[in-house]
Amino acid sequence: MAQATELLTVIDPKGKGKAPAGLDTDDFKAMYRAMLFTRLFDQRGMNLQRQGRIGFFVPSTGQEASQIGAAYAMGQEDVLFPSYRTHSIALLKGISLKRMYDQMWGNDGDAVKGRQMPNHFTFKDINWVSISSPIGTQISQAAGAARAAQIKGDKLAVWAWFGDGGTSSNDFHAGLNFAGVWKSPCIFMCENNHWAISVPQEMQTASHSFAAKAVAYGMPGMRVDGNDVFAVYEASRQARERALNGDGPTLIENLTFRMGPHSSSDDPKRYQPPELFESWQKKDPIERFQQWLAAEGIWTEAWEDKLRTEIMGEIAEAVEAAESTPQPEIETIFTDVYAEMPTLLKDQLEGLKEQIRRDGDIEDTGGAFPL
Amino acid sequence: MPQMTMLEALNDAYHIAMEKDADVVTLGEDIGKKGGVFGTTAGLYDKFGDMRVMDTPLSECGIIGTAVGMALYGLKPVAEIQFLDFIYPGFDQIVSEMAKMRYRSGGEWTCPMVVRSPSGGGIRGGHYHSQSSEAYFAHTPGLRVVMPSTPGDAKGLLLASIFCDDPVIFLEPKALYRHGKADVEEGYYEVSLDEARIAREGNDVTLVSWGAMVPTCEQAADLAQEKGIGVELIDLRSVLPWDAATVIESVKKTGRLVVAQEAPRTCGFASEVSATVAEKAVEYLEAPIGRVSGFDTPFPYTLEHVYKPDKKRVLNAVEYVAGWE
Repeated sequence: MAQATELLTVIDPKGKGKAPAGLDTDDFKAMYRAMLFTRLFDQRGMNLQRQGRIGFFVPSTGQEASQIGAAYAMGQEDVLFPSYRTHSIALLKGISLKRMYDQMWGNDGDAVKGRQMPNHFTFKDINWVSISSPIGTQISQAAGAARAAQIKGDKLAVWAWFGDGGTSSNDFHAGLNFAGVWKSPCIFMCENNHWAISVPQEMQTASHSFAAKAVAYGMPGMRVDGNDVFAVYEASRQARERALNGDGPTLIENLTFRMGPHSSSDDPKRYQPPELFESWQKKDPIERFQQWLAAEGIWTEAWEDKLRTEIMGEIAEAVEAAESTPQPEIETIFTDVYAEMPTLLKDQLEGLKEQIRRDGDIEDTGGAFPL
Repeated sequence: MPQMTMLEALNDAYHIAMEKDADVVTLGEDIGKKGGVFGTTAGLYDKFGDMRVMDTPLSECGIIGTAVGMALYGLKPVAEIQFLDFIYPGFDQIVSEMAKMRYRSGGEWTCPMVVRSPSGGGIRGGHYHSQSSEAYFAHTPGLRVVMPSTPGDAKGLLLASIFCDDPVIFLEPKALYRHGKADVEEGYYEVSLDEARIAREGNDVTLVSWGAMVPTCEQAADLAQEKGIGVELIDLRSVLPWDAATVIESVKKTGRLVVAQEAPRTCGFASEVSATVAEKAVEYLEAPIGRVSGFDTPFPYTLEHVYKPDKKRVLNAVEYVAGWE
């Protein structure tokens, strides 16, 4: 197994390399489609925000291989504690665009009922746990869920996703420490995209890598070329095998790069050296995989055009449907706080309804993010 | 009916819950072989083993964070925080995660779990083993915050909390752990998390309290009775959501209200009770509302008995409010 000091790579920068065992042409095509889908979804998301049609967006541009490679190694029963930048996994797992856009519009069709900012999805049907904004909280939770799987005797892996910034959180330490002690089937996926908003990775740690931290928790740490979809798949597959064999948790550091802003509220030009961005642009994970696929005779321009047309069509249709769905009912402010609404909240809801009956609809004073 | 201390009653509830449902697990520091620093989890480790009774690394953030993950997975974890004063590294997991999971996932993901912790003073523990922090949690929508004051309630409320679909902060008044024995029903029963208990009836002053202050209030009520003041004592049992209706009904009868808490005064839960009564029943009030509380200071070590409101301080407030014309 790759250790913290090596960088696991399968496809070299020229697009040459041997595909991992167990994947065939259909898999390669599905992986590429999901990566391209994510890129286009992100471009559209940023545009929708710029047009003022959605309030906020978090793109994952540059991290498509880092996510799709791992997602492809997941089992259907596996439990996922995502971060707010991992929506490519939901796209790969077949979550409909309508559901994703409903969440971003916070409309009446939104599973979260308009209670969270865009990108904070919940998809219970694919074991995708609701996303938080505070950094790292999902890491200790994932360790606990993995312990629960051990207690119940279930054979599966629990995946925690976070970035380089997340490794500085209390929950990173707690989660890896508990999982190490419990030897629980947890895979800690650190996407080192070099940036925690504007703070560079070297300001998060003096450790020579994030993967190296695994040593202190008694688990293997793998350092993986995160722009190489096959390398990520291979590392993830090995980590999952360990988890299911009862060998305990693994920390994987996917070395990648956030090729866009932190969110629609951020401008990396204010802090990012342009030459750094350009050097990573040359390592674009989609282009790299495309080269490999082309060399194998799988990728053609015609196929690319067909894919793009198909995806843009799907996006346009879902955007239109989500945008024309009305806002959630005001009751949704009060429901789901408790299993059953307590008197306290019933009284407050009644008070609000009374105000609206008396004064009419409450004016939307148009709060906007960023401030 | 057996007689038990509050500790014995809590331990009994634990055994019953874990026998009843294999999904009930417990985790915390020193709760395994040692059985907890107070003995609340005594015997559980031997009976249910180390997969269900887990001594954890020393991290409150980790205890509550992993318990949240266990609850999301489908278990019913009971996390022990050794002293409430140590809970703050886990505060983020409580207020941002456990409390909001149902809401932020539109009901898809829930945290049916309990965080239990010894609360309040009375053991000469200085300010890191003595604080009453219920108000921090009562300010967090999505939580239930429960504080028993009798052995029988402690058992029934803990069982109700463990099998409740909402996350519960269960605060155990450590001063009452071995305060004395009382009747405790055998077997499984629940005490409602939504209903206050009228600890004694009276017509002159409504005295509202919860947790460790309830026995002190009973003593004050006895003293008041000797002076001809009939106190109606209400034990809230839960401070979130809380049973305002029972308090308001009582105030409509007595026209006078005193609220007693051990916690510091400013923004304590007594303030919420006072404000609610002032809003909803001011026309029934015949006197200013009285508040008895700790001081707006940290909790002292040597002078703990001076800091904690005693029966005389409660009595003074009752007399003042009862005597207002």
